[in-house]
Amino acid sequence: MRALVWHGTHDVRVDNVPDPEILNPRDAILRITSTAICGSDLHLYDNYIPTLQKGDILGHEFMGEVVETGPEVKNLRVGDRVAVPFTISCGSCFFCTSDLWSLCDNGNPNAEMAEAMWGFSSAGMFGYSHLTGGYAGGQAEYVRVPYADVGPIKIPEGLSDDQVLFLTDVFPTGFMAAENCSIQPGDTIAVWGCGPVGQFAIRSAFMLGAHRVIALDRFPERLRMAREGGAEALDYTEVGNTLDVVERLRDMTGGRGPDACIDAVGMEAHGVGLEGWYDKVKQVTQMQTERPIALRQAIQACRKGGVVSIPGVYGGVADKIPLGAMMNKGLTLRMGQTHMQRYLQPLLGHVEEGRIDPSFVITHRMRLDDAPEGYRIFRDKQDECIKVVLKP
Amino acid sequence: MQSIPSEVHPVGARDRKQDMNVGDAERFVSVLAGAAVALAGLRRGKGAGLAAAAAGAALVHRGVTGHCNVYGAAGIDTSDKGRIEQAVAMLPANRALHVERVFTVRRSPEDLYGFWRKLENLPRFMQHLERVEVLDERRSRWVARGPAGTDIEWDAEILEDAPNQRITWRSLEGADVANDGTVRFEPAAGGRGTEVRVSLSYSPPAGKLGATVARLFGENPEQQIRDDLRRFKSLMEAGEIPTTEGQPSGRK
Repeated sequence: MRALVWHGTHDVRVDNVPDPEILNPRDAILRITSTAICGSDLHLYDNYIPTLQKGDILGHEFMGEVVETGPEVKNLRVGDRVAVPFTISCGSCFFCTSDLWSLCDNGNPNAEMAEAMWGFSSAGMFGYSHLTGGYAGGQAEYVRVPYADVGPIKIPEGLSDDQVLFLTDVFPTGFMAAENCSIQPGDTIAVWGCGPVGQFAIRSAFMLGAHRVIALDRFPERLRMAREGGAEALDYTEVGNTLDVVERLRDMTGGRGPDACIDAVGMEAHGVGLEGWYDKVKQVTQMQTERPIALRQAIQACRKGGVVSIPGVYGGVADKIPLGAMMNKGLTLRMGQTHMQRYLQPLLGHVEEGRIDPSFVITHRMRLDDAPEGYRIFRDKQDECIKVVLKP
Repeated sequence: MQSIPSEVHPVGARDRKQDMNVGDAERFVSVLAGAAVALAGLRRGKGAGLAAAAAGAALVHRGVTGHCNVYGAAGIDTSDKGRIEQAVAMLPANRALHVERVFTVRRSPEDLYGFWRKLENLPRFMQHLERVEVLDERRSRWVARGPAGTDIEWDAEILEDAPNQRITWRSLEGADVANDGTVRFEPAAGGRGTEVRVSLSYSPPAGKLGATVARLFGENPEQQIRDDLRRFKSLMEAGEIPTTEGQPSGRK
């Protein structure tokens, strides 16, 4: 089959590779009908995630048709149309049964590697380095889905791929980020990063009753899309450094600060001026693995007793986190990989009932064979690229 | 400090844990620093960048495996294991090596004991075991996979069998590597399942034969028990053991 293969930093190619096979009784094989490039795939493209290997097949946002099932998969039939969560969870361990699916004990065959980095391992993930299992991803013609009896969600007739594809990651991820804010009537939510996760966080915040959402980014097309979602857009490059951003957000919220702040940027944030260079230099000189500028601003800007919610991806260690602000303002920090199975059915319901059409975020459609070009323009934010959907 | 000749080493010369000569705190720092160095190095590409990447990878390797080649060459050993090994080396060569690991499994002690007590099941999660044949109520024959298709066999007997709580066994006379072990099943608080604790003792013989046998029998015993217990947990909780072996990749 054809699959998007990682060869090195900024070097991905569509290669011919063997077809996947059933390896375990709870596996299924899908023929992929749509797959997307995630913002977090860019961390792989930029080679910021350790343990990626040349030859790895990427992609964790995909959907398709079941073509084969293992003997223990009773709930799926050949021909079923399904969307697949990016996390690989067993459904029966302490964490899965506690609705904390992304913390599954039995999803990562390389748990030992993750334990060396983090003390304990998270669930497995498709196409996201060997630290999270080394599973072949879904930017391909076919994919093997482990624990297929608890992952994939069947898609009812009448919904297009474009409408449901983002149930596989960015919609639930944005939704959980907003839910983690414990939104109360009258709340103002500030969202750093207006990529797809930020866009879904904005819309989810309104669905959950936010009074106002303030969206921060530096790309006009992303700020425009945020505005279309009802947010007030703030180009932080026009505001200044962290202190200026905090000041502006305070001014915009009656002097109180946002009730909750969402960092939908993660480890490769861009700073302004000296602060931006500080983190860039430290990251490049190996003093930290992250550039936590958005997180710092979110912590600093958040009102007293507020929530900082982190859907953005971090993997290692970071420097100059304002612990004093967190402590003395009594902040709550909530984070984690998305507990996908908690959100799939309810969010599919929202799509079916027309409360949201997730396809708004798509800016580019390409053939799988053109995926390397998709990565390039997405990474370089060329051609107003926000979300690339690939068709095998 | 001296390194121990592999001939009298309890667990074989080439496995990772046995080669551990870096202490825990140092390992943690190594992993983090190594990851950062490797990332930055790879990003720079070419020349100095690739050298940095290689250095970083070496640090990660050192941290994850606990073995530092530089330390090895210099005869330095900062790990607990190293201290233990040095102590072991002072003892007669066939003193026992003891290892213990615990995992919590979300099943009842009854279920877990029941599965374990059918000793034929053990090779399903103990990677080095080829098969276990039950000879009678107490005795069983264990067959482990060796290098180059050779098998190693020994007989064992159950010393204590406390249903749903504990099983203790030991190898019988004539085993190349005398060994004994206990598995305990204790309910975890608050319905969190069962704490499964395995302790094993090996008494490897001296000499080259001992090293070879020990390697295939008890290669890296701590790591092996942890991996085996993790597989047991997955098998009991999820009904299968997660794997990527046999999946496609772009590697030739």
